[in-house]
Amino acid sequence: MANLPTELVAPTGPAGTAAPKRAGRGRLRRTFAPILEAHGLARFMLWTGIAITGFFVVIAVFAPWIAPYGYDAYESGGERFPKQESPGGDHLFGTTVQNFDVLSRVVWGARTALEVMVLAVVFSLFIGVLLGLLSGYFGGWLDRILVLVMDTLFAFPYLLLAIVAAFMFSDVPGGGIVTAALAITVVYIPQYFRVVRASTLSAREATYVEAARAMGAKPRTIIGRYVFSNVIQSVPVITTLNAADAIATLAGLGFLGFGIQPTEAAEWGYDLQRAIPDLGADMWWTATFPGVAIVLAILGFTLVGEGLNDVLNPSMRKRRIRTVVIPPIAKPRQVVTVAAMPAAVPAQGEAPAVEQTEDPATPGASETGDAPASATGEPQEEGK
Amino acid sequence: MSMKSGSLGRYIAMRVALAIPMIFVLLTLVFVMLRVAPGDPISASSGGAKMSQEKIDELRAAAGYDRPLIVQYGDYLADVVRFDFGTSVSTNQQVSDVILEKGGATVTLATGGLVFALLLGIPVGLLAGRFRDSAFDVFARLFGIITYAAPVFVVGLLAQQLFATKLGWFPLEGETDPLIANDIPATTHILILDAIWVNDWEVVWNVLWHLILPAATLGLLIVGVFIRMVRVNLIQTLRGDYVEAARARGIRERDVVVKHGFRNALVPVITVIGLQVALLLGGSVLTEKTFNWPGLGKQLIEFLNSRDYVAVQGLVTFIALVVVVISMLIDIINALIDPRVRY
Repeated sequence: MANLPTELVAPTGPAGTAAPKRAGRGRLRRTFAPILEAHGLARFMLWTGIAITGFFVVIAVFAPWIAPYGYDAYESGGERFPKQESPGGDHLFGTTVQNFDVLSRVVWGARTALEVMVLAVVFSLFIGVLLGLLSGYFGGWLDRILVLVMDTLFAFPYLLLAIVAAFMFSDVPGGGIVTAALAITVVYIPQYFRVVRASTLSAREATYVEAARAMGAKPRTIIGRYVFSNVIQSVPVITTLNAADAIATLAGLGFLGFGIQPTEAAEWGYDLQRAIPDLGADMWWTATFPGVAIVLAILGFTLVGEGLNDVLNPSMRKRRIRTVVIPPIAKPRQVVTVAAMPAAVPAQGEAPAVEQTEDPATPGASETGDAPASATGEPQEEGK
Repeated sequence: MSMKSGSLGRYIAMRVALAIPMIFVLLTLVFVMLRVAPGDPISASSGGAKMSQEKIDELRAAAGYDRPLIVQYGDYLADVVRFDFGTSVSTNQQVSDVILEKGGATVTLATGGLVFALLLGIPVGLLAGRFRDSAFDVFARLFGIITYAAPVFVVGLLAQQLFATKLGWFPLEGETDPLIANDIPATTHILILDAIWVNDWEVVWNVLWHLILPAATLGLLIVGVFIRMVRVNLIQTLRGDYVEAARARGIRERDVVVKHGFRNALVPVITVIGLQVALLLGGSVLTEKTFNWPGLGKQLIEFLNSRDYVAVQGLVTFIALVVVVISMLIDIINALIDPRVRY
């Protein structure tokens, strides 16, 4: 199963080999189409989230060039930094009780968070998806044991699990970042496992999989070529939401003192914990900047995840068709009273139930502009 | 259909039977993670102090760590069945005594957080679902996302800064003012109940006053889940045939929404409470640390810091058991309320 991913990169469509370039671009467009077509709140969340996340990633990637000093620098050119200096001058965000430069710590902290997040997501994605596919496809006792273990892990308080796992992996080579990433991985494997297993179960029974099996395809081929590409669609939303959770968990571990040590890398949760005594002495800067950084980073990923969820989730997408433009005069009761219904039914012959579920107090709904023409005409008559 | 009571009994029996393998797997996982993990508990708990090899061996033998793992595992399971969670290496206390002593504060905090989340989440969710796509709905949705995104300790520190340090409305930390509750006899080990028991209302108010900030902080963590759940449920309920039928019969819109919509939309909230127990317990570790609340979470962190593996294992085992038992109870309550669950 080790070469599973390479197999998946190969185009699955029949035209894949004929025109790989065009097929690839088409798929790319198809993948991003929902994002471009998003509207309303989903659009707002997606683009705000993408902007925040992009900012976070840029800071993280270019940290060495953005940060004025190193993450563990307490002196510059032989001159020791002042202790707990307020923002301004050489230290834009001030300095901490350990003589660290707060701005540098915050910028380097973005890099740490990104590293841990990427590692954790890749680990848990790989293990969770693989186990979910195997478990769902083959079933049997393997499935039963895995489900039991995963359900148990899932029921466990996630932070406790991460703490215990951080303890367990504390001697892993690679230092604090790998340890933290592994601890977070343990927490998120069950989520991928559950989702992937559930969709594998349904994909397994699909006609095309049955056909492939009848043609004598090996399980590896079936899983890699047919099941995986159908199952993987449910993953992006979980991945972005998990990325947000990973940052929160890392900060939580750091805050409790079980995360990355300050000499290894800058970590926001640790900085925040060290800043608690400063708050009592009216030194707001040591806590505020890492705190804001944590919230912004998590918020960015969460907004992308929520936006994607709205866009990709079919039950939410139906809303667009249901959108009906109601003239401002219409009061809630007028639309739904029995008196109004006979007028609507013979006039249009459409199901009036659709309108009833809509909340009439939404003039903003017309902004989306994709209400069906038949629906837009109808309530105007009704308003008289 | 004719044997309704029989099917409820069967459901409960099935649910309890399901919990047993789950507890077994949970205990095994805890054991594997904490005992098979690299690092020797005894030398770790000494905090880096040099001990002679004989001393280490002696302590290992006393704690039973020199025996084969499988024997230790059997002993561990047998102990847990007897509710014996071991003896702390660092403080020499029975872990079950620690649980009794500190558990009350955690129960108080978690209950406070849950009550706060319900009081805020249900009305906001109902309004958001009723006035779907309105400005309020959008606001409620973003509120839920932001409160979920902001970590407990950031919200907690912010609340402390604003309401305790700047405005002085609430105390900064702790469960009571110092010394005030020393005379309260421990009957239930939940301070607020003990204070009510002996009619000491000053202490009751003092605890409540201390509780508000941490409970609100913890409650904000899960309030988004309630808002979303209630909102979606109400929207789905209002699409139901019986709601349409009620409207067709000319019942006032307000009565339709309140009597037919709200009531049915609130049933699944009980399930969500069950699912949030793990989140509440995890969040309470962070909240207790932030607000210096003398509960199990704070105790667990202290045990972890002193590398007291035995006590950590005991506490984690206990918390795991609590989660399984509560989720089982919630499922059973759910089956009692909503007959559809049983099938």
